[in-house]
Amino acid sequence: MPFIPNTDEERAEMLKAIGVSSVQELFSDIPERLRIGSLDLPEGVSEVEALEAVESLAERNVQTKKMDWFLGAGAYYGYIPAVVPALASRGEFLTAYTPYQPEVSQGTLQAIFEYQSMMAKLLGMAVVNASHYDGATALAEAVLMAWKAKEDRKRILLPVDLHPEYAQVIETYCASFDIEFVEYRGAPEAASFDDRTAAIVVAYPDFCGEVYPIEKAAERAHEAGALCIVQADPLMCALMKSPGEQGADIVTAEGQWLGNPLNFGGPYLGIMGTTEALVRRMPGRIVGETKDKIGRRGFVLTLSTREQHIRREKAVSNICSNQGLSMLQTCIYLATLGKQGLKEVAKQSYDKAHYAAELLGKIPGYRVRSSRFFREFLVETPKPAAQLVEILTKRGIMPGLALSRYYSDRDHELLVCVTEMNTRAQIERLAAALKEASK
Amino acid sequence: MNTMNMRDEPLVYELSRTGRRGCALPKSDVPEYVLPEDLVREELDLPELDELTVVRHFTRLSQKNFSIDTEFYPLGSCTMKYNPKVNEVAASNPGWKNLHPLVGEEHAQGALELMWRLQEGLREIGGFAAASLQPAAGAHGELSGVLMIRAALRARGDDGRRKMLIPDSAHGTNPASCTMAGFVTQTIPSGPDGNIDMTALRSALDESVAGIMITNPNTLGLFEKNIEEICRLVHEAGGYVYGDGANMNALAGIFRPGRSGIDVMHFNLHKTFSTPHGGGGPGAGMVAANESLAPYLPGPVVVKDGEAYRLAMPPKSIGRVKAFHGNFGILVRAYVYLLMMGADGLRRVAENAVLNANYLKSLVEAVYPVPYKRHCMHEFVAKGTVAEGVHTLDIAKRLIDYGFHPPTIYFPLIVQEALMIEPTETESKETLDLYAEALRKIAAEAASQPELLHEAPHNAPVARLDEVMAARCPVLCYRG
Repeated sequence: MPFIPNTDEERAEMLKAIGVSSVQELFSDIPERLRIGSLDLPEGVSEVEALEAVESLAERNVQTKKMDWFLGAGAYYGYIPAVVPALASRGEFLTAYTPYQPEVSQGTLQAIFEYQSMMAKLLGMAVVNASHYDGATALAEAVLMAWKAKEDRKRILLPVDLHPEYAQVIETYCASFDIEFVEYRGAPEAASFDDRTAAIVVAYPDFCGEVYPIEKAAERAHEAGALCIVQADPLMCALMKSPGEQGADIVTAEGQWLGNPLNFGGPYLGIMGTTEALVRRMPGRIVGETKDKIGRRGFVLTLSTREQHIRREKAVSNICSNQGLSMLQTCIYLATLGKQGLKEVAKQSYDKAHYAAELLGKIPGYRVRSSRFFREFLVETPKPAAQLVEILTKRGIMPGLALSRYYSDRDHELLVCVTEMNTRAQIERLAAALKEASK
Repeated sequence: MNTMNMRDEPLVYELSRTGRRGCALPKSDVPEYVLPEDLVREELDLPELDELTVVRHFTRLSQKNFSIDTEFYPLGSCTMKYNPKVNEVAASNPGWKNLHPLVGEEHAQGALELMWRLQEGLREIGGFAAASLQPAAGAHGELSGVLMIRAALRARGDDGRRKMLIPDSAHGTNPASCTMAGFVTQTIPSGPDGNIDMTALRSALDESVAGIMITNPNTLGLFEKNIEEICRLVHEAGGYVYGDGANMNALAGIFRPGRSGIDVMHFNLHKTFSTPHGGGGPGAGMVAANESLAPYLPGPVVVKDGEAYRLAMPPKSIGRVKAFHGNFGILVRAYVYLLMMGADGLRRVAENAVLNANYLKSLVEAVYPVPYKRHCMHEFVAKGTVAEGVHTLDIAKRLIDYGFHPPTIYFPLIVQEALMIEPTETESKETLDLYAEALRKIAAEAASQPELLHEAPHNAPVARLDEVMAARCPVLCYRG
């Protein structure tokens, strides 16, 4: 067996050293009746056969690359430079554990510190942690963090147009506690803040693509003694004002589109950042800079008294394994794209989306509903959007998300996303196909 | 001895030079549009590097790590076994990488079939009624499981039960997960044999008990011999039994937790099923349950409908625990491993994991006291009490000089100066022999030259770091 080196001869020697006559003897603590004969599973196969089985399954899925792709809705098709997987897949990164022994984990620790630094600057925050499972769980943990920080306040203001799956995750995470959710529509500063409000969640942009400035909402939240949580698109922050400079107290984000493939929804990257005032309440691992005894710079996991392995039931969260490798992919992505590259990805996405919106808005029967957006916008359709998706998919175009997937009463709305991967020709084909399909 | 990169490596910000680029995009072929004036970002402080600088930087960083691919890495309870390269090849298939999570089910049949096959395979291995692949990590699986218990108690009008029992040998995630589900925890001590003290358990079982969280084998590497009795008592008291599956590598193919009375349990696919730890994740923490709790599983799960596969929410689901469909890329890797192992392979994995642990224990226990005189399962806990004035931390750091990753240290909390060693089945006898020899030499050094240990490591990119300063005056972000 390729993954088990022990030979029969060695096994015999080892049993002798232990002082038992068979391997079964080592399992004698397990009551006989609880030991099983065999599992109802197929026999093991070779590497060749296993790969073939998986490849044949992989072929039975549609692929962004083989179509004109305009579906986003929380997972975006972006370019991943070749260096990103080439470096992140090095065994020294891939097969290391959480860096609990800092002297032999400086590679991982420095990479996390660099990620924290770049992401903190992108989001405009003082500190960013080493990751959460995804954007949705990061936001849910941020809500719990704000609720705990504001004892005796139990109200959280949520935008109506929050990603529906994020809203569902928040509901699951908060189900055990006395937290009251109040929805608001439109501009966040118009939400009703009061002395029961622990925090407002602002989506930047919201699920339908609309971008609302955060500044006034953050001011109003602070006047009311509440916190301002922003769920941000980190790529948009390369072009538009960061949540931090607009007054956010906690920022969460999904980082998939900064260097991680779509992968049918995971593994993705949950991002969380906060202010210095709140850092000791923030969940997740944090890396800090320090020195060794002869003054050399080094990095360690720090502020661990927040965490489960030290504080057990008093920890701020139970999070342990996070998304280390996705974080590393994003770290390498940001270093590679750099200041100019990231701005360019964001600006091309912005320009292409606005070009698409202009073309779609001119088609009779269609109306672009988003007024200010980054690279995703909502279109009212003359036919049910799900029908349009079905028709266009057959022609090699994935036109976007039919909102009816999440909202049964919103069947004439299509959420269209354009990234730097789309070409002008693809956008024009989309417009032409939507026009024809509406007839 | 190891070949680590000992050079200081600057930060990406220190390597940055204005005007450098690491990746160019195709030229835009659409007109430019103006940004909303009030939202234009003024400055963006990201580094500027050329591609080769990026490649050298991260390659050099990687060389400052110990990893399974380069060193023996026997961290107890972490199952640092070999992560097959074929897993990575299978997971990087464009049919997965370029598959969007929100395509219609008819466009993702291959992915859904893979999930269903893995879900059913793991359900069979655990002996449970149903499983969900949603949780992204072990602790995420724990949270799902205790939320399921909370939901089931609520559904039967018993929401007043808030006490969750946790053995004193449990992982820190167990009590932390309970807090996140609104439970309060009560610690149950271990008896002289390293198993749960049954008298203490009985006296803790009252009308406020929601359940118990059990790790089996426990973190001492010992099988809970009374598992059936524990489950029976907790059930009689009206509670549920949660199984922490972190240590399933010792048992797959030999013992099915679902048949011993465990109601709900998570599996760490990044431990037992060979997916890489990635320097801290991503993992996958599938959760499985018996008939009483299966309706509460987090969703969506995959169901087979004739020849087609589709996503469905279990009838009384606690809901979503993350967006989309779990850490799918990790599921692909675990599925490849499951295919290659099969029933017989998994049994051999468990047997060799247990054999290796007992063999290593037999080589070191004369020098490093092992507090519980029993056969261990996949790991064992020894004490670093080899010489006056020398601590487990010193032994751990000295192991680095011998080119080995230290074991888990100071855990479980119930053994003083604990060294928790899990060799796994993928290590050879000669590696175990070398490790034991290093441990014995270190014990001798502890007596003759203790300063060698106190000053260790000597052969790492940095010496021991000032963790107190890091926490007192936190520098968490580059301040250039």
